[in-house]
Amino acid sequence: MGTHHYNLSEQFEFTGKVKSLSIAGIVVGIAAIAYGLMGDHVSHERTFANLLLMGYYFACVCMSATFFLAIQFVAQAGWSASILRVPQAMAKNLPLAALLLIVITGLGLYTHNLYHHWHAEGLTDKGSENYDAIIAGKSAFLNVPFFMIRQFVFMGSYAIFAHFVTKWSYNEDLSGGLTSYNKSFKYSCIFLVIYGFTTPIFAFDNIMSLEAHWFSTMFGWYNFASMWVSTLAIIAIIIILLRKAGYMSWVNNSHLHNLGQFIFGFSIFWTYVWFAQFLLIYYANMSEETVYFYKRFNSYEFWFYLNIVLNFLSPLLLLMDRDNKRSENILLTVAIIVVCGHWVDYYQMIMPGVFEYGPKDGSGFGILEIGIAAGFVGLFVFTVLSALSKKPMVAKNHPFLQESLNHHL
Amino acid sequence: MSNIKYILGSFGDPDEMLTGIKKLQENNISIYDVYTPMPIHGIEAKLGVKRSRLDIAAFFFGITGTITMLTGVYLATVVDWPVNIGGKTHFAFPDFVPITFELTILFCAFGLVGSYYASTHLFPGRAPRVMDLRATDDRFVIAIDAKQNAEHDKIDELLKSAGALEVKHNERKYVSYE
Repeated sequence: MGTHHYNLSEQFEFTGKVKSLSIAGIVVGIAAIAYGLMGDHVSHERTFANLLLMGYYFACVCMSATFFLAIQFVAQAGWSASILRVPQAMAKNLPLAALLLIVITGLGLYTHNLYHHWHAEGLTDKGSENYDAIIAGKSAFLNVPFFMIRQFVFMGSYAIFAHFVTKWSYNEDLSGGLTSYNKSFKYSCIFLVIYGFTTPIFAFDNIMSLEAHWFSTMFGWYNFASMWVSTLAIIAIIIILLRKAGYMSWVNNSHLHNLGQFIFGFSIFWTYVWFAQFLLIYYANMSEETVYFYKRFNSYEFWFYLNIVLNFLSPLLLLMDRDNKRSENILLTVAIIVVCGHWVDYYQMIMPGVFEYGPKDGSGFGILEIGIAAGFVGLFVFTVLSALSKKPMVAKNHPFLQESLNHHL
Repeated sequence: MSNIKYILGSFGDPDEMLTGIKKLQENNISIYDVYTPMPIHGIEAKLGVKRSRLDIAAFFFGITGTITMLTGVYLATVVDWPVNIGGKTHFAFPDFVPITFELTILFCAFGLVGSYYASTHLFPGRAPRVMDLRATDDRFVIAIDAKQNAEHDKIDELLKSAGALEVKHNERKYVSYE
């Protein structure tokens, strides 16, 4: 131990096939959006539903990468010190992702393509024929100004923290010492409190309010589990692919084992929260609650079950074994399954709220879904890898770096 | 032929003990086992200890619990006494997921405690098998099978040179039967 010859000033070069593929993805995405917006009203709604899906996914991944950084500082974790630059590159894109989600939800509200369940003419006027007593009762919370303020305040506060926590880490590279680490620790504690209390409301706003009559207090944690486990899977994918490309030689099986345990554990946690929400509604069998699953059972049955297979059964069976968590290829496969699985998860959260009767109403899986997903994946890859290529790939003055380089489980 | 069964090298410091292990291994002397009052990172790999099969046992104890619970629920709610609860099917699987999960954990935990007792010969009422009592307190002990390794003087010398505070020649394997 103690003798290793890693190039700690290694820098990622973002060129070649990956760069052109990611730009191609963005172009495909823009084309798909244009194609969707040229169609009729149903096509508009479907485009906005998909934009919300991917915009929410993108924002959640960048938020949870920030959350990952905060957790590592608060837990004073040593194992992760050498891989922190990857979530940092993701956190750096939080301002962009937040802005995109705000634009998507704002435009959706403005054009009445999203959230028309609680934002439409006359819903809260007693005299109007559109009057809806339930929505009127919720209008103190669910109204456009307050909704937009919440979007700005929540994502703005995450983005400010993300900006500073990455900046302190870059300062640490130059000056060394413990000042940056101590500051990161202190503000991570504050951030976690804010994040923990606001993410459920963030999920209520963006997703649950699509079906504003229905509510579930588990919904916030269910979404938190989704965004967190998909972020862990994305971090694992990026690290494994970087390693395959010859970077980050210091990442060993034990780091992968930790990430694998995280993905395994939080997939089980996701299932636990998902099931807790389902079981209570199933057991109580009250019509105002079962309506949520009624839509999903009747028009989205395939997606409903696919969700469980991808997000619960595959990580459970493929990652249970210790050797599988330590294997680059198996972990990569499972992480890709989980990332796709959470797309399906968001799909069956959002689509039944927009198109109640499934394909009969205009939803489906086609050019719009694939194109917009490709666009956001391209944007994500492009922005994250550009951010990653700007700084050295390891925080060389992190106080726990030696522990991470010698990490062994 | 002497009656010595085991040679115990007793160290006060884990690093010295690791030096002792290295020296013995360099001289092709097989080590029976090592006893330490605290876990020492990476020692299993050094001694070539095989990976524990406890996880495989845990899986099978767990799956036994799952099957037991599901069978029990099926017998109770379908075969023996079907009751209509909220219009659901008699074997309403989601209702029984939490309790099935609990029983899986319970069987797994009890099974592992039992396996642990069985493999370490610890059981209420049984004297524990200890080769050197101070290995449970403040000493790091290397045990060498004296019948398999003939050069006792050389072993003594190697252990002492590595920093052993004490070298014991025991005529019985365990000191704690009494």
